[in-house]
Amino acid sequence: MFKIIRREEMAGGTVILNEIEAPDIAVKTRPGQFVILRAYEEGERVPLTIADSNPDKGTITIIYMVVGKSTAFFRSLKVGDTFLDIIGPLGKATHIENVGKVVCVGGGTGTAVLHPITRALKQIGNHVTTILGARTKDLIILEDMMRAVSDDFIITTDDGSYGRHGLVTDALKDILEAEKINQVVAIGPVPMMKFVSLLTKEYNVPTIVSLNPIMVDGTGMCGCCRVTIGDETKFACVDGPEFDGHKVDYDELMKRLASYLEEEKIAY
Amino acid sequence: MAEKKVKKEKIPRQPMPEQEPEVRRRNFKEVPIGYSKELAMKEAERCLQCKNPTCVSGCPVSIDIPAFIKLIKEGEFTKSVRKIWEKNGLPAVCGRVCPQEDQCEGACILAKKGEPVGIGNLERFVSDLEREHGTGELPPKAKPTGKRVAVVGSGPSGLTVAGDLTLKGHDVTIFEAFHKPGGVLVYGIPEFRLPKEIVFSEVNFLERLGAKLECNTVVGRIVSVDELFEQGYDAVYVGVGAGLPRFMNIPGENLIGIYSANEYLTRSNLMKAYLFPEYDTPIAKGKNVAVFGAGNVAMDSARTAMRLGADTVRIVYRRSREEMPARAAEIHHAGEEGIEFYLLTAPTKFIGDENGRVTGMECLKMELGEPDESGRRRPVPIKGSEFQLECDMAVIAVGAGANPLLTQSTEGLELNRWGYVIADPETGKTTKKGVWAGGDIVTGSATVILAMGAGRAASDSIHQYLTWGW
Repeated sequence: MFKIIRREEMAGGTVILNEIEAPDIAVKTRPGQFVILRAYEEGERVPLTIADSNPDKGTITIIYMVVGKSTAFFRSLKVGDTFLDIIGPLGKATHIENVGKVVCVGGGTGTAVLHPITRALKQIGNHVTTILGARTKDLIILEDMMRAVSDDFIITTDDGSYGRHGLVTDALKDILEAEKINQVVAIGPVPMMKFVSLLTKEYNVPTIVSLNPIMVDGTGMCGCCRVTIGDETKFACVDGPEFDGHKVDYDELMKRLASYLEEEKIAY
Repeated sequence: MAEKKVKKEKIPRQPMPEQEPEVRRRNFKEVPIGYSKELAMKEAERCLQCKNPTCVSGCPVSIDIPAFIKLIKEGEFTKSVRKIWEKNGLPAVCGRVCPQEDQCEGACILAKKGEPVGIGNLERFVSDLEREHGTGELPPKAKPTGKRVAVVGSGPSGLTVAGDLTLKGHDVTIFEAFHKPGGVLVYGIPEFRLPKEIVFSEVNFLERLGAKLECNTVVGRIVSVDELFEQGYDAVYVGVGAGLPRFMNIPGENLIGIYSANEYLTRSNLMKAYLFPEYDTPIAKGKNVAVFGAGNVAMDSARTAMRLGADTVRIVYRRSREEMPARAAEIHHAGEEGIEFYLLTAPTKFIGDENGRVTGMECLKMELGEPDESGRRRPVPIKGSEFQLECDMAVIAVGAGANPLLTQSTEGLELNRWGYVIADPETGKTTKKGVWAGGDIVTGSATVILAMGAGRAASDSIHQYLTWGW
């Protein structure tokens, strides 16, 4: 049993943060890794990236958007309530290297995944520019935390309600035009990662994305999370979740993410 | 040799009562209902009590079969199950899933002229009776040795090692990656063949003996084998199985509706997706289902799909019926339940719609050529025999490989060219000091009882090491 010791609501209650007691995972986890959670006996296994960890306190932090039955139940959990199972850390940790100038692009709850990576990239000496994007002002999360780990910081909203009016790719294009960027890290909705990758490919800038396919076990034993990278099938849970953004078959990933749309409605 | 006895009227092999095919094909309840006391005692009477019993040599863990059967004949059921426990800690499981026709029953002297004694059915009967109506009394246990053993993986081989070493007085902790123990017994073999309640009660038996169980612990991620030694474990047993699904590497394999057997069975068995939406995990309910492969895993997948309401379920296999590796009883059960067999057929690609869902596949007819290195005749495609088959769901059950999560994170553990752990077949010793391995992670996909046999050998060797040294 894993106890929730802190809970915050963001983006008008559509995004929830839980800080959870999980001392063994807190000690082991590295940026880019994830856990699988199950809340109750009849529950499903839900993969979520570790947004933060505190080894001294023995806690990990997850941030999730409420999209269906399981996450809606997670939202109902109060401080002091518990998750039945948490398995992790899973997946490969991000390869953090001092490459020079890095642009980190985040969208939606992908920002939570991006935060520990951005922090690590900055700590190792990169010049970090962060671009956060959202449909509208209320959906932006972790602005202060991201600002604190970035050298330059840009916010974009689709409707212009905050920051720069437009998409993250508009802001990114301006940067790529203006200077030599050594690496881009993009984490967010699949279409966002797809269009960032298409753009950076034009400029030949290496791009890392973090994929979020459907998972069951998260340990490489089922292949539910398989994705096509170049000509190869890879399992995101053990080979990823990060991949070379220029090699991902995003259209296949988007279709596979829709595998259980009907069932998800029935369950909810 | 048969005993000299007055010739009695010959008793035929007592069939195990089972659910009717047309009923059971749509439910997940266990197919065989089990012997009654009367049936079991009658079947036990058929045993000739051979002086040199060939059945025992056919059993990978050498259960004293004539002895436990004699006790059933005498109505001494508690004593009978204790006789089995001397060699086998999981009789309710083995009585159900062992391929007895190739093991004990295949070696029974009666099999030469007629039908062998129903050894598996009797083993199952007496262990079920003990579980349901037994005394709950535990076998005697040795004095604590103060030695600690980590068992990685709670499948059949790990459970065997844990049981043996606990009885020998060692302090055993089992580490399991999933949220439930049992390995393939829980995620792989369906409820209708092995009720999960039985597996959990076997694990509970081990816990009552004193073994500890840590679920949700992925060794290789949260803790490494070397860290286990640092934490004070004196020996480590690696029984992580062969849990890496193989795909066929043909076009269209990532279309929606195409599952590895591991995923399909894990959803249904471990996550109870067959009870969706009472349980949260969904599973595709195909109308026309194709299952590739012809082992027990393929039969389990096909029969699961039938129970989930499919109109047609087809086993697609590139060899002929003779080469099918599944147990005869499973193939028979599948046939009775309406599973169709498309033999000498190999898929070449999957076809999908605009949403990325599978709608069909293209296949080639095969004929059998010369035997290959496995001794089975190699299937050869017949030119121009392409044809299309409709399917809205497919399960790929063409075998499994070694999952590299643990092995790649453990220095000094030598692997063979397929990624399996190299271990001494007699002792289970690996190339790393203090580390043993057994079951599918050493042999590749095999059977439950072979994994248990490997566990038995390793636990003897680990006990010697803890007593005398490497």
